[in-house]
Amino acid sequence: MGATIRPYSPAESLHSDRSAGDRARHREKIREALRENIADVIAEQAIIGRSGDTIIKIPIRGIKEYRFVYGDNTPGVGEGDGDTQEGDVLARGNKPGQGQQGVGGNLPGQDYYETDVSLEEVIELMFEDLELPDLEQKALRQVLAQRTTRRRGYKHVGVRVHMDKVRTAKSRIRRKLAREHARRAESEPPPPPSGNDNRLEERFPYHREDLRFRRRIPDEALESNAVVFCLMDTSGSMDTMKKYLARSFFFLLYHFVRSRYDQVDVVFVAHDTTAREVSEEEFFAKGESGGTMISSGYQKLLEIIEERYHPSLWNVYAFHCSDGDNFPQDNETAIRLARELCQVCNLFGFGEIKPDGASDWGSGSLLSEFEAIEEPNFRALGINGRDEIWPCFKEFLSREEA
Amino acid sequence: MARSWSVSDLETWDAAIREVVAGMNLDCYPQEFEVCDHEQMLGLMAYSGMPSHYPHWSFGKSFEQQKTFYDYGVSGLPYEMVINSNPCLGYLMRDNSLLLQVLTIAHVYGHNDFFKNNFTFGFTQAARVIEQFKAHANRIRGYTEDPSIGRTAVERVLDAAHALAFQCERNPGIRKLSREEQVEEAIRRSRPKLDAFQSIHRRPGVQTPDLQRQPLEPEEDLLGLVRDHNPRLHDWERDILDIVRQRMRYFLPQIETKIMNEGWACYTHRYIMNRIDLPQDMRMEFLVRHNQVVRPIQGQINPYHLGLAIWDDIARRDGADEEVHLLPPTEAMFQSREVDRDVSFLRRFLTPELMRKLDLFEYKTGRGGDVVVSKVSDEDSWRQVKETLIRNTGMNSVPVIKVVDTDYRSNRHLLMRHYFDGRELQLEYAERTLRYVYDLWQRPVHLETRLDGTGRLLGFDGDSFSVRTAMD
Repeated sequence: MGATIRPYSPAESLHSDRSAGDRARHREKIREALRENIADVIAEQAIIGRSGDTIIKIPIRGIKEYRFVYGDNTPGVGEGDGDTQEGDVLARGNKPGQGQQGVGGNLPGQDYYETDVSLEEVIELMFEDLELPDLEQKALRQVLAQRTTRRRGYKHVGVRVHMDKVRTAKSRIRRKLAREHARRAESEPPPPPSGNDNRLEERFPYHREDLRFRRRIPDEALESNAVVFCLMDTSGSMDTMKKYLARSFFFLLYHFVRSRYDQVDVVFVAHDTTAREVSEEEFFAKGESGGTMISSGYQKLLEIIEERYHPSLWNVYAFHCSDGDNFPQDNETAIRLARELCQVCNLFGFGEIKPDGASDWGSGSLLSEFEAIEEPNFRALGINGRDEIWPCFKEFLSREEA
Repeated sequence: MARSWSVSDLETWDAAIREVVAGMNLDCYPQEFEVCDHEQMLGLMAYSGMPSHYPHWSFGKSFEQQKTFYDYGVSGLPYEMVINSNPCLGYLMRDNSLLLQVLTIAHVYGHNDFFKNNFTFGFTQAARVIEQFKAHANRIRGYTEDPSIGRTAVERVLDAAHALAFQCERNPGIRKLSREEQVEEAIRRSRPKLDAFQSIHRRPGVQTPDLQRQPLEPEEDLLGLVRDHNPRLHDWERDILDIVRQRMRYFLPQIETKIMNEGWACYTHRYIMNRIDLPQDMRMEFLVRHNQVVRPIQGQINPYHLGLAIWDDIARRDGADEEVHLLPPTEAMFQSREVDRDVSFLRRFLTPELMRKLDLFEYKTGRGGDVVVSKVSDEDSWRQVKETLIRNTGMNSVPVIKVVDTDYRSNRHLLMRHYFDGRELQLEYAERTLRYVYDLWQRPVHLETRLDGTGRLLGFDGDSFSVRTAMD
């Protein structure tokens, strides 16, 4: 007897994706791992300054399946090309293929996955628990927070999914009754029963006019106006590392605001001894020069707020990143203006960037100077390295502390 | 998709192949083939080919890995996927050429014969295996859906059970002594040996064996031991441990006979393909495909190549002057395919001449992470190369760890011992796996091993992992 050969059945293949559940669970575990490592991801330079829909490859350590295995100091055996000599170097730095791959396996190599994640997805993951703190209702509500639809009334045309079956059936019955009524009025005899079966009623099909569809109208939930000020020190003392840290911070902030709030205004201001409003590209790509007068930046912010974003109508958030290397003569003014800013802002955050190993010569730390500011909505933090950007950011925006 | 073959083509070729199969005295289960597409093949691979299998995220991971490799062209899909069951179930990929299908069918008959006749597979209950996997899947799904258990709890047990699954009975051919027999054995061993000169010798002191000890003899079946000796486990947890244990028992022979089995199947398909009447173009394609499969892979062991080379060598021993690819399996080969597994197969039939021909060498990882050839198969060191190869074959690549005491420190701690053979455990993995042992045992666990040349006692007590210097 020959073998049974079962032909391919496409139907079978359609509902045969049985690994879907396990894959979903695995993805879930990866996401968990990703969330735990998000600080590392931020610390990688790769994501800074890219647009939201860029696909980035994030190397994450695969979800390991642990069991008892031998360490990698155990010798193995391989086949050669015919004249292998003792002392030949097969590979530098890493192992050649792991012997057999059977289920028994050898040492499971460090499996690194590269997951394709869109930047937006990462940002989504990161920002899940964050929001602009202390958002207040202001006089003019303008910011669209949510766009959904809700039902209102019925209509005669529409898409199938919105059809209201009960109403459609009712209107058919109504039409039917109306016709019988009209017939009686004209004393027209009812049509003779068709066929032998008297019980068979006359067919009375649905008509296009019977159809009823639910009408949906857009529903907009409004939130208060908000504006976020990004103020960065671009003086000569901001070296590459410091700028990188500052930009990383603002990059996160910018994407956070963009991803969570549809219509929040973002204003970029760069300052050295003078301040000017700049565009997004300029802000993230600008070179540095000059000394530092922090007060100039604050002054500029106050002006812009006065001009365009009056605090009675707007929620104002201001964030400032600097290395704190200010002209000492300017400190007093800076503190005064910072206080003023606190009066008009919901939150004023100051991040002082002091990368490890950065020389402190001749530079004051504004952090200590700013201790004088006691306003509750003022927050000052030090950022000392890549890995501190994310914790800092969270601290600025976390709900609990708000 | 345009296809160059139809099912009736396959049936014609299958009939021709079966004739040859019968002529070469293979003894097969009834054979079934199923045509599938590449998505299905990926799915099957993730679940070791089983048509139904219980769910666990690790299979999702393996699917993703395979798919990534496939999508990026790192590795193609296997031509063959065959399940040790009765009837034997093989899969054919829809998009393969006719020659590949014929080649696969011929190859699968080799596996089929091997499954049916090799002694290690005698314990796998091939007739029931598909039903069994299905029942297991249903039971685990049931626990997942049970509101009093749920997915998280099931996953926790499965994670731990998977981590320990390889710590199983290695050779099902060795009968496990019952408790009574173990007691007898312990008493017998504690008796003084017969001594012809006992009148002049001092009487040796009698050591009474501790017959209360559990287990009486070190136990390698970790999951089975936990199942039987942890009174805190729920029934469903015991059941899951047993399911994973049985799954392992089913796949164990395939791990243990990889080289033999693939070599045997290659030997079979090569003989068949040379016997059936292939048109010229298909013959060319066969030669290309065959050589792709059985080519040596430098720096690694390709089980297809090594296996076929050894079978060829055996065939030549009592084969006549005929070309080896025209030689049906000889009596010696049939015997070996029945009674050997990879380890004994290599020990018996891998000769130094063959090792030199294959240019087998041993490599080690040096200090800088460089991989250096440490021994080649010359007169002086072929033994060591062979020994290393055998130590990396099948279950020998899994550390031997046995439970010595389930009531260690008289406190229901679990004491395990790593039987050190010169290869040290990977510490990070050992730590994480100990945590899994703890998850199942639910009391502190200890593992005796050697690290950096000294005896160590690794421990996990639910809070912290510790590495101590062993007492003895």
